[in-house]
Amino acid sequence: MKEFKLMKGNEAVAEAAIRAGCDGYFGYPITPQSEVLEYLMAEQPEKRTGMIVLQAESEVAAINMVYGGAGCGKRVMTSSSSPGMSLKQEGISYMAGAELPCLIVNVVRGGPGLGTIQPSQGDYFQSTKGGGHGDYRLIVLAPASVQEMADFAVLGFDLAFKYRMPALILSDGVIGQMMEKVVLPDQRPRFTEAEIRKNTPWATQGKTPDREHNIITSLDLDSSKQEIHVNHLDEKYKAVEANEVRYEELQCEDAEYIIVAYGSSARISQKAVDLLRAQGVKVGLFRPITLFPFPKKPIAEYAKKVKGFLSVEMSLGQMVEDVRLAAEGKTKVEHFGRVGGIIPTPDEVVNALTKLM
Amino acid sequence: MSSIAIKENLVYTRTPLMTEKVLSFCPGCGHGVVHRVIMEVIEEMGLQDKTIGVAPVGCAVLAYEFMNVDMQEAAHGRAPALGTAIKRLNPDKTVFTYQGDGDLAAIGTAETFHACNRGENIVMFFVNNGIYGMTGGQMAPTSLEGMKTATSPYGRDVSTMGHPLKITELLAQLPGTYMVARHSVHTPANVRKFKKAVRKAFENQLEKKGTSLLEIVSNCNSGWKMTPTDANKWMEEHMFAEFPLGDIKMDGQLVQK
Repeated sequence: MKEFKLMKGNEAVAEAAIRAGCDGYFGYPITPQSEVLEYLMAEQPEKRTGMIVLQAESEVAAINMVYGGAGCGKRVMTSSSSPGMSLKQEGISYMAGAELPCLIVNVVRGGPGLGTIQPSQGDYFQSTKGGGHGDYRLIVLAPASVQEMADFAVLGFDLAFKYRMPALILSDGVIGQMMEKVVLPDQRPRFTEAEIRKNTPWATQGKTPDREHNIITSLDLDSSKQEIHVNHLDEKYKAVEANEVRYEELQCEDAEYIIVAYGSSARISQKAVDLLRAQGVKVGLFRPITLFPFPKKPIAEYAKKVKGFLSVEMSLGQMVEDVRLAAEGKTKVEHFGRVGGIIPTPDEVVNALTKLM
Repeated sequence: MSSIAIKENLVYTRTPLMTEKVLSFCPGCGHGVVHRVIMEVIEEMGLQDKTIGVAPVGCAVLAYEFMNVDMQEAAHGRAPALGTAIKRLNPDKTVFTYQGDGDLAAIGTAETFHACNRGENIVMFFVNNGIYGMTGGQMAPTSLEGMKTATSPYGRDVSTMGHPLKITELLAQLPGTYMVARHSVHTPANVRKFKKAVRKAFENQLEKKGTSLLEIVSNCNSGWKMTPTDANKWMEEHMFAEFPLGDIKMDGQLVQK
């Protein structure tokens, strides 16, 4: 019998990380994600699994600690919210370049700047298009429930190690702060040094006579080699796009209109779909679970059939650009959103869709 | 002609912990000596299979090409953050960071201070030549008053550009630092002293004593636009006056001058 718990999204991701066999968490407090660090400090996972928890002096330091830990082949993570994520972009870019796996959680709040501490989805561009300098991508998972906050901690680590790249859970202040019932994953063991040396032979664990010294770096002063490296990263991102697309469809089979929404916007839009169906409007909900890789193909297929898409986001319209690219002009694509930390109501979504019709 | 370098005559050889790659440093620069001494000590202590080093951004950015141990390349200034996590997650490994003055005392000041304040059980090497060598001779936090650099072409004016930062003395004040000392490697006698200190620093780490920080005041003949010999002389006269050599903190106690 599975054990149910009532937890905040921030607590669930922290507890699930411990159970995923995480070796180290490095973070810095910022609203609305501070419960991740608070939970871990109170839980003292070092006594349970040996997992290290450290409050860093800044988000910059925290992500670079993650780099150091990941470079040793460890399962390491950090979490933050939007302004803190801006600071982490340096380290994330370096990790992408050095091909280091890690788990990052962004519990998004309103921006730009210090913005507001209320929920937002304004970090979509930053998360899915790179974020820091250079050509790179992250695996971006968008949870729409506390359960998915827990599930994606495990999935995020596994995908990060599968592809040797950072995985990002793009959450928001609603998902992070709300309490829901959650089934937590079973505890799995942390990697042993022997497993690290065998499964991640690139990791810095100390040079043994049977191999060359390992170097973790994102630098190559020889441009011809650097071009090969960046093209290699691109191959990897293409493999991620081919293999790891995840999405959920609700009442899309007969839909004439489709709302595209992720995270808490999807939860709100789900209610809007019910309201519209009650009025006899044939509308469905398409929820991207991976934002990179973005589910281009299913959206392209629906574009041939539906009269329009409405991208509902708590932003000025960021994901809507990807929906438009996938739709390739075959049907109209509009955006509805609230910003500044305002959460849209289902009625507002209903009105926006009615306007689209 | 048969070689005189037969085994019986051999009194010194390159440590196998230095790779055979040609050093990228300018002739006359101290970095290569610092690299070699650290690697010799790790070899002599039998720590190669446990050692993880962290390279900086700056002249020593390619340290990982020359040091034949597992290495990670940090973003500019962040080596102490990497070192922190590497050591915390691998407490039985030997961890060192290697940084220059721009890396440790300017862009990485926060990471440096907080790693030392937490007393991270690592060895930190700080090569201070008072200038940004790799980027072409710009002003460093440790550039001397009046020193002409590419970004202080009329000399460092301390009223607008700040004073030479004695970060090592500041770090010695933190309870987390166990050993803080300033050395040089420009004469054989200084190299020998430095080597003893390096060994002590790694022994401190094995004994879980906290942070050991070794500053090496070095020359930058290219950046200072001098011959290597003149650069060493100028270093003795000017750099050592501002950054005096010697132990600053030993066994967790500040050294009384």
